[in-house]
Amino acid sequence: MVMTVFVVAAVLAIVSALVAVSHRDPVINVLSLVVTFFCVAVNFALLGANFLAAAQILVYAGALLVLFLFVIMLLGAPQAPESGLHRPVQKTAGLALAAIVIIGGVLLALTMKVLPPASPVTGDAREIGKAMLTTHAFSFELISVLLLAAMVGALMLVKRKH
Amino acid sequence: MGAELIVIAGKLIVLATLLLTAVPVMVWVERRGAAFIQDRLGPNRVGPWGIIQPIADSVKLLFKEDLTPAGVNRWLYFLAPMISVFIAMLTFIVVPFGDGCGVTILGQPLGSLMVASELEVGVLYLLAISSLGVYGIVLAGWSSNNKYSLLGGLRASAQLISYELSMALAVLGVILATGSLRLDEVVAAQSGKLWNAVPQFLGFVVFVVAAFAETNRLPFDLAEAETELVAGYHVEYSSMKFAAFMMSEYMNMVTVSALLVTLFLGGSTLPGVHLEGWLGLVVSLAVFLGKVAFFMWLFVWVRWSLPRFRYDQLMRLGWKGLLPLATVNLVLVAVGVARGWTWI
Repeated sequence: MVMTVFVVAAVLAIVSALVAVSHRDPVINVLSLVVTFFCVAVNFALLGANFLAAAQILVYAGALLVLFLFVIMLLGAPQAPESGLHRPVQKTAGLALAAIVIIGGVLLALTMKVLPPASPVTGDAREIGKAMLTTHAFSFELISVLLLAAMVGALMLVKRKH
Repeated sequence: MGAELIVIAGKLIVLATLLLTAVPVMVWVERRGAAFIQDRLGPNRVGPWGIIQPIADSVKLLFKEDLTPAGVNRWLYFLAPMISVFIAMLTFIVVPFGDGCGVTILGQPLGSLMVASELEVGVLYLLAISSLGVYGIVLAGWSSNNKYSLLGGLRASAQLISYELSMALAVLGVILATGSLRLDEVVAAQSGKLWNAVPQFLGFVVFVVAAFAETNRLPFDLAEAETELVAGYHVEYSSMKFAAFMMSEYMNMVTVSALLVTLFLGGSTLPGVHLEGWLGLVVSLAVFLGKVAFFMWLFVWVRWSLPRFRYDQLMRLGWKGLLPLATVNLVLVAVGVARGWTWI
């Protein structure tokens, strides 16, 4: 049962991720990305990480991609042309890079032993909260500052035009 | 395992029946309520007091031609109403809609009547799934290839994102006071003391206002403002696809009312009432339905009493009114929890 769900979700995630980067209609791109995130969330849930699954949907599918969709619909982004890559060199370089990443990933996965078991996932939201505010408090604060800086920067960029 | 599955299936059936029955009942209440508020008669021909009218309406909708206008994106046009209904039904499974009161069925203790009783992150699940509801509206607006629909869809997405924030912040106060993400524990935590609506009054008010916005009801129904957008995002829909949008709107109202009751008004409990066994089960169910019914009537009452906001007013209220209020509420609750005030 778990295996079936995993395989379906994983295959769907990969297929929709491919659609997300290859389809010519930006709205379809965003929607297939939603499907990808949803399937990844399903796999998180299968691993017992319910909190991560909910956060994945809440943040990415529910908030971020709605904004993407909003912008695309508001600006009416045109369909991408047949292919943005004109020079054969670009295509070759892209394919080579993709091949390196895929082969590297597979090699890494093969050489690595099973991941060390994470801390028990019972009451995972509590565990994650504790870890964030004690063990990883510094990085947590650092990320908040980074996000704040990004937000202020975005506001500055918008302000400048007016 | 078998008995457990049967109990879960039973809860699901009860839940689905309640939800789907609520839709025609609410349509009737809305039309009669509107008539009452506007001092006219309302539907009174089909059945006593017109109570069969919603059934006649749905039969009419079933037999209407299912149009697909030219130039629509067929897949998304087809999918959008389904997403709306699907999401509306999916959100309810973490809401405890009654108390088992020690009743056992097939050797299984009933516990609180909550379908997903194993899920530890109930509130987060609910927020996550309901945040997906906007896709139904946005896709309907975009795929219809109609300017009015598109504007409706755009307005809906901006509105839902804005008010979701305040709503989540208001919920956060309750979670902080309870110390759990499970809705049945939220209910249990309220049974020995004041309901959350009293100590967290600010959060309660924010949640009520945001609930109207999240369900696209007047005075926040800018996504389908008839006077400006004809009917907004569902203007191109007919037959059962149109009915699907209506159904999801009413089901969302039920969900949001149930959530209000659960988070702020003690769910299926009454102060000072502790009943055991089947009687307790029935009473808790009735108490829950009664509280939800009050908020459903509030939705109708407000709809026919207040005019629609202007778009800039809506945004101003969301970002400059509700969000600071919700933050203040959260800070107050945090101070209370840190100081160890037990009544909060």
